[in-house]
Amino acid sequence: MKLSRKWLSEFVAVEASDREFAEAMTLSGSKVETTEDLGAEISNVVVGRIRKMKRHPDSDHMWICRVDVARNEPVQIVTGAWNIHEGDLVPVALHKSTLPGGKKIERGKLRGVMSDGMLCSLSELGLDERDFPYAAVTAAALLNDYHPIDPEKPSIPADIQPGHKIFGPVVAAGVGAVEPAGENRWSCGLMWTENGEPVGTTVETSCENIHSMDMVAYNTKTGTICTLADLHAEQREFPHCIPDGIFVLHEDCRPGDDIKSVINADDHVVEFEITPNRPDCLSVIGLAREAAATFSAPLRLHEPVVKGGAEGNLPELLDVETPDPELCPRYTARMVRNVKIAPSPKWMRERLRSMGVRPINNIVDITNYVMLEYGQPMHAFDYRYVKGGKIIVRRASEGEELTTLDGSVRKLNPNMLVIADDTRAVGLAGIMGGENSEIVDDTVDVVFESANFDGTCIRRTALSLGMRTEASAKFEKGLDPLNTLPAVNRACELVEMLGAGEVVDGVIDILNHVPQPTVLKLEPEKINALLGTDVPESEMRSILRALDFGVEGDTVAVPSWRGDVQCMADLAEEVARFHGYNNIPTTLQRGETTQGGYSPLQMAERRLGSVCRACGYDEIITYSFISPACYDKIGWAPDEPLRNSLKILNPLGEDTSIMRTTTLPSMLDILSRNYSYRNKSARLYEIGRIYLPGGPDGLANEPKMLTLGAYGEGFDFFTMKGAVEALLRELRVEDVTFAACQNDPSYHPGRCAGVYAGEQLLGVLGQIHPTVAANYDVDCELYCAELSFDALLEAQGPGAEYSPLPRFPAVSRDIAVVCREEVTVGALEACIRRAGGRLLRGVELFDIYRGQGVAAGSKSAAFSLTLRSDERSITAAEADEEIRDVLAALEKELGAVLR
Amino acid sequence: MKDQLAKIRAEALSAFESAKDAAGLDALRVKYLGKKGELTGVLKMMGKLSPEERPVMGQLANDVRAALEKALEESSQKLEAAALELRLKAEAVDVTIPGKTVAVGHQHPMNIALDELKDIFIGMGFTVMDGPEVELAEYNFDRLNAEEGHPSRDWSDTFYFDTDSRVMLRSQTSPMQVRAMDTMPLPIRVVAPGRVYRKDEVDATHSPMFHQVEGLVIDKNVTMADLKGALNAVAERLFGEGTKTRFRPHHFPFTEPSCEMDVQCHKCGGAGCPTCKGEGWIELLGAGMVHPRVLEMSGIDPEVYTGWAFGFGLERLALRRFKIDDMRLIFENDVRFLEQF
Repeated sequence: MKLSRKWLSEFVAVEASDREFAEAMTLSGSKVETTEDLGAEISNVVVGRIRKMKRHPDSDHMWICRVDVARNEPVQIVTGAWNIHEGDLVPVALHKSTLPGGKKIERGKLRGVMSDGMLCSLSELGLDERDFPYAAVTAAALLNDYHPIDPEKPSIPADIQPGHKIFGPVVAAGVGAVEPAGENRWSCGLMWTENGEPVGTTVETSCENIHSMDMVAYNTKTGTICTLADLHAEQREFPHCIPDGIFVLHEDCRPGDDIKSVINADDHVVEFEITPNRPDCLSVIGLAREAAATFSAPLRLHEPVVKGGAEGNLPELLDVETPDPELCPRYTARMVRNVKIAPSPKWMRERLRSMGVRPINNIVDITNYVMLEYGQPMHAFDYRYVKGGKIIVRRASEGEELTTLDGSVRKLNPNMLVIADDTRAVGLAGIMGGENSEIVDDTVDVVFESANFDGTCIRRTALSLGMRTEASAKFEKGLDPLNTLPAVNRACELVEMLGAGEVVDGVIDILNHVPQPTVLKLEPEKINALLGTDVPESEMRSILRALDFGVEGDTVAVPSWRGDVQCMADLAEEVARFHGYNNIPTTLQRGETTQGGYSPLQMAERRLGSVCRACGYDEIITYSFISPACYDKIGWAPDEPLRNSLKILNPLGEDTSIMRTTTLPSMLDILSRNYSYRNKSARLYEIGRIYLPGGPDGLANEPKMLTLGAYGEGFDFFTMKGAVEALLRELRVEDVTFAACQNDPSYHPGRCAGVYAGEQLLGVLGQIHPTVAANYDVDCELYCAELSFDALLEAQGPGAEYSPLPRFPAVSRDIAVVCREEVTVGALEACIRRAGGRLLRGVELFDIYRGQGVAAGSKSAAFSLTLRSDERSITAAEADEEIRDVLAALEKELGAVLR
Repeated sequence: MKDQLAKIRAEALSAFESAKDAAGLDALRVKYLGKKGELTGVLKMMGKLSPEERPVMGQLANDVRAALEKALEESSQKLEAAALELRLKAEAVDVTIPGKTVAVGHQHPMNIALDELKDIFIGMGFTVMDGPEVELAEYNFDRLNAEEGHPSRDWSDTFYFDTDSRVMLRSQTSPMQVRAMDTMPLPIRVVAPGRVYRKDEVDATHSPMFHQVEGLVIDKNVTMADLKGALNAVAERLFGEGTKTRFRPHHFPFTEPSCEMDVQCHKCGGAGCPTCKGEGWIELLGAGMVHPRVLEMSGIDPEVYTGWAFGFGLERLALRRFKIDDMRLIFENDVRFLEQF
């Protein structure tokens, strides 16, 4: 919400810099986003009157002007613009001046002639034609500016002279005297020859760029001077005859005046972030009330006064029906006759513009002005299109169509409220008017609607039609039904003030719902207990009164525009806001102490995270939603049950439309991204959730997964397995086994293992299937591991317990056995452990050999066995016996023989 | 004999002195002090001396031996020291050669910031709580006093799983307040960090998924002054002692009075700069006293219990903490980014 401080000052006098104002308003609850000094960039730009103009001796298009800026001497300014004349008032950027966009103007020579500054156009002052419609420039096609597109084939000969025929009735004519003939009108003396005889005439034109000595194209038939369009010419053929130029002022100002006051650049605009509970602050008056309370200044409200007296009887002219009273708590309307549509006055246009609203015409501007001032959306429609003089506020019928003011055809349904006449809808209630009843230039009679509509209905309609407007944004927050009458009266008052029409006496006011004022008990001790303060009751009363709450005895009547205040806590907030949040003391926590901490799951999460990092893995965070195509990308079968995912009905896009049931695609995405960034290696982990349908209350089960992913030189299956083993060691998981897993479609069938604690599957790890890697545009080996957090936690072993350090030396024996290729190291190791008996304390694989000396299809595996007793030093014989048993078992069970 | 001893002494001392290395010295030891050495050779002649001369000569010989042994020891030490020095010199390394890499992983900056916060709150007696991200609109909105028609309930703002707008991706961690009140005994002190989701297109400051940390305190006689005291303490822990804060009125449906807390801009000290958009303050979190209706809906009597709640946006905190200028980096997970933390 933008606020013009000039406009604000009409209701409350606040002496504060923008910064002080912003700070104070923010601290009392109206958060200021930005402040803007509209003229901050403009300095040393004044009004000047052009005294004398002469053509630049060394240029085909520039003028040298002597300009009176109320100093001792006129200044000399060179300009390339052609729309100015002696006597014009123009904006002059003097030597060492600044303009919007950071432009600096200094004295300088133009083609050898000194220029003491610059004459400004609208855009150079940060304005456009909407701000000053009269500043639009019409340009005549000046033949002395003609530049042929093809120099070989000019449309107009270079030596053209007055009297030469151009085409049909159009002849070249020399310009004599040019005299003003009213605002933006000029009377030009023209001369040419006809059959050798001099001819002359005087023509009135609105073309501003004509001066004595110019040559124009004159249409002898229509008696007009031709524009580019009349000659079917292109702009580049007449490069200086442009519809732009210096902003010639028709304002009440004098040479030497600061331009800022002339163009309203002396206003300051403050932009507020208004929270949805305070629709009353979406208005100048609402903010003025807050400002008055904030700065302890009186609020000066204005009671609209309407003279009325236009011909006609309102009840006869207009009949209003509200067949759906619950959707239209109040409907207020007045009528204006003999309307003269025109631009609204400058002060009104300036105010609208400073608050970010585009001026259109007096009637539409009045509705916008009242909406900004009172916060009450208004609508004006052309009475002649209200068939039967009847307004019906009804639900739309199914499929009913309405073309709204923006030109779109809207298809409606009975959940939407329309303003209709006897035959058809003429507006979408509270959102936008209909094109069929739009105020146009020849509108004569106008109905002003100032109504209160149901917020939810307006919000839903606006949402389903995708057309949130200024009005609907206000209605949907719930407006004060008591505001409609003052607002419509204010609009009528403005009509009379602007002389825009005559107001018919009387008001149509249908009040379907009479709001009961909220009355609360003032409980100062409860308020202080909630805030932790000692605010005196008298201060509370004066704060509430400043906000127009009715305080009587120990009751508080909440004003109609403060629907957000409903209980003691709400009153406490009002007190706190103006007592000052920063004047509330700060106290330390009291009461029963509580023991803080993490749950076992959270602790495990932290521990595993730190093990991952110790292993060199970086933590990542990925989106919980993925594309349904991800399941294909990771090679899942079409009937894979885990494809059953929660589907977002209104996703941002297909790529983020389902909740992942696996973290693998997320990890692969990130690995792939790093690979494409040419990062040589990556080791990543994520602790994140998957989302499985079928949770309580129709929600999801959201188990956490620990996912590892890596690639890079030297990284292989066993590097990944080592990390997984480190994680399992951290949790002291017992009875861990790795079993080859050939049927996970995401993984390489020969390089994938299931991880088990006893019978319990903890997860999988392995190399990503090359086809899957290729789906992610990666042509190197990717490794991943997916571990279920719940299973890991379940498998967590008992806490550490000290076992005594060995007191007797160990004996180490190395054995190498040859076995068939299919026999796994895991099987060999398990067999050794089983056969090893009481003395065997450690088995460690140290070599696998294939090749010379070992038959094809076989391999040799070498283990180092550690033997030790806790009671005594063992003898070589004991060790040998133990090894014999081991070898016997290996041979018997696995056919592995000593090499 | 006396002369012989003197000669051996002089010869040996000078020889020891000029020995080049341990082996040379050892050969000299054998030559002079060994069983077949010169001194021993002289001593062997003791028998030929008269009984009167014997003790005198014996004494002299012992003196010579002691002197030689001492000199030998000294020379040996000198040689060892020289040898060690030589060895150390030879073993010198170029200390500027890079060390052997130990790859240590890095925690994600978001979680560094989160862990810091969790530790602060645990120190203040808060329990850390987890909860579902696929959440009931009832918990995310209704029970938090955000009535039907609240704009954040719109399908343009929130992700839904069913046409009845019943099941959604939580748009805030605040439903954890309701879950805490429903399941935990009073008094409650809980923080609930986690992922939240809003329908925002990805850009430098927005992401459809981001993180919040919710906090809730419910007890008897809890006041807004307590809220300020606790949150000021948090700000000091996060940004250093003496950090200035301010509280501004704001609006949340589930707290009343509501506020936002700003910390004074670390860059300009409150004077106003681009970092704080000229305001001198940077918004840190939203908070407020738990709305009596929210307490009632959870079956807690607002006449007996009061409470306060707050919510942090974690990304904003992490971005500021590490001076990261684009939120997309957080979810892009480029290792060159991750390894900076």
